[in-house]
Amino acid sequence: MKIKRDTFSRLLFGLIPFCFFILILLPVVWMVLSSFKETSEIFANLWALPEQWRFENYIEAWNTGISKYFLNSLIVTVATCLLNVTVCGLFAFALVVYEFKGKKMFHALVVGGLMFSPIVSLIPLYQELQALHLYDTRIALVLIYTAFQMPLCFMLTYNYFKDIDRAYVEAAQIDGCTSLQILTHVFMPVSKPIIMTTVVLTAFYSWNEFTFALIFLQNELKLTVPIGLLAFQGEMHAEWSVLLAGLTISAIPIIIFFIFTQKYFIAGLSAGGVKG
Amino acid sequence: MKKRKLTPYFFVLPGLIIILLFVYYPIIQNLIYSVLDWDLFSGTKKFIGLKNYIKLFKNDSFRVALKNNLWYIGISLFFQVGVSLIIAAILENMKMKKLSALYRTTFFIPSLISLTVIGLLFTFVFEPQGILNSFLRSVGLESLARGWLGDEKTAIFAVIAVSQWKSIGYTMVLLIVAIQRIPVEITEAATLDGASKLQTFLHVTVPMIKDTILTVMIITTSGGFLVFNEVYIITNGGPYGSSEVLSTILYKNAFVHGKIGYASSIGNIILVFSVLFALIQNGAFSGIGKKKRGETGV
Repeated sequence: MKIKRDTFSRLLFGLIPFCFFILILLPVVWMVLSSFKETSEIFANLWALPEQWRFENYIEAWNTGISKYFLNSLIVTVATCLLNVTVCGLFAFALVVYEFKGKKMFHALVVGGLMFSPIVSLIPLYQELQALHLYDTRIALVLIYTAFQMPLCFMLTYNYFKDIDRAYVEAAQIDGCTSLQILTHVFMPVSKPIIMTTVVLTAFYSWNEFTFALIFLQNELKLTVPIGLLAFQGEMHAEWSVLLAGLTISAIPIIIFFIFTQKYFIAGLSAGGVKG
Repeated sequence: MKKRKLTPYFFVLPGLIIILLFVYYPIIQNLIYSVLDWDLFSGTKKFIGLKNYIKLFKNDSFRVALKNNLWYIGISLFFQVGVSLIIAAILENMKMKKLSALYRTTFFIPSLISLTVIGLLFTFVFEPQGILNSFLRSVGLESLARGWLGDEKTAIFAVIAVSQWKSIGYTMVLLIVAIQRIPVEITEAATLDGASKLQTFLHVTVPMIKDTILTVMIITTSGGFLVFNEVYIITNGGPYGSSEVLSTILYKNAFVHGKIGYASSIGNIILVFSVLFALIQNGAFSGIGKKKRGETGV
């Protein structure tokens, strides 16, 4: 009796993740398969292999706009990562190394930023960007993304900096290093893992961010991938196979990036507990 | 010497400017806007006290949106905490480590892909001629087939389903990381004492990771409350407003109808709840959720 129940439960436990695996995979397989078809083929038989593998769908998607959106996303993502690492590095360094008035308040201000959700700030930010002449610029996105990623990245950096041996700082001071040199030559090099984590988290966030980009960008030439795809969908009308090719190319870089940065990504997730 | 004293202030300045300008200033502005009757199209802008809030609570579309958010939260808690925890435990118990790693990575990948890609892909799934209906027809459930996104009864649930598909692997990874942190000796001791797998799960695993479970519950709840992207992309609140959520009615009132004051009051309702969730998560309330945020472990 016991053995029977055991095999039954084993089977069940093997089956649940497997079914789930299929459920996750099916739409993705369908997307890739259909992206190589002729549009008329897609709904004729949903799961058939393409009569002819049409790589030209990908070339058309890339040339119709996806390449442009990729470039914009890349610019915004790289700039946000650089700015965020710099700003958080400086901020955390000041709080760890110096004693100064207002230190606690500065700390609370940044960490408190975690409480606010972007959706609440949309309307005032829109007015503010208009007033600052930053509306419809990529710089606006870089600044806003930095502001909203800063709390988490600051916390990670600060917690790491805190544990760096103070003897290094003293030694560097005796050697005549300036504060900035201590940051760049002592703190940054030993903090590589945490800096990688903040970069990876910021990169994923900036690459995929939707709401701000939707509302603060207008010029088609400046759109990032998530919003560009909506414009692309409009342009493609009924060219579904090309649309699906566009969707597939857009998903690829992030998956490849994840494969190489998994370690840092998961470390950041479990420390931050925030949802992307 | 004086220069030295100023150094830390120079260091915090860039971050301080950015966060004050783009996080705190808008929050305060939003509070002010919400007590104004401010209409971009008619050009009115005057103080009306709490009238926007009163109007809001009397408004049917606000109630529909709130109800949809509650559905979002409820269903997400079931899948992204309950089901996710069960699958996480199964994966961690699997003998074939390679297979469980493959599952884990596959489940996680949807949470990395842009919601636009996923949203547009799923419009093909829910099409009248789409994947879901063709599946239903092939298993003889033709009567259930319908235009899922065009039907007022099903639109919001279709969107919620997409969210589950996307996010379940994410919460699962958080839970798996927590399960892996349980010292092996503890689970081994339970097995030696004759505890079954199920007993070990209920009496060892779950209590040991309850902080993470709580964190996951909170991020899932606040995610369901704040959801915008998938709704905007998949149904944009339609048909006939049946799948609106708080964030989409905020968006439409502000950026389509120009009702800045009214939309801001919706923003502040969202603000109250998101601050509340964050405070609970940080364990500001006695005892619950004492998870140290800085703890990392892979």
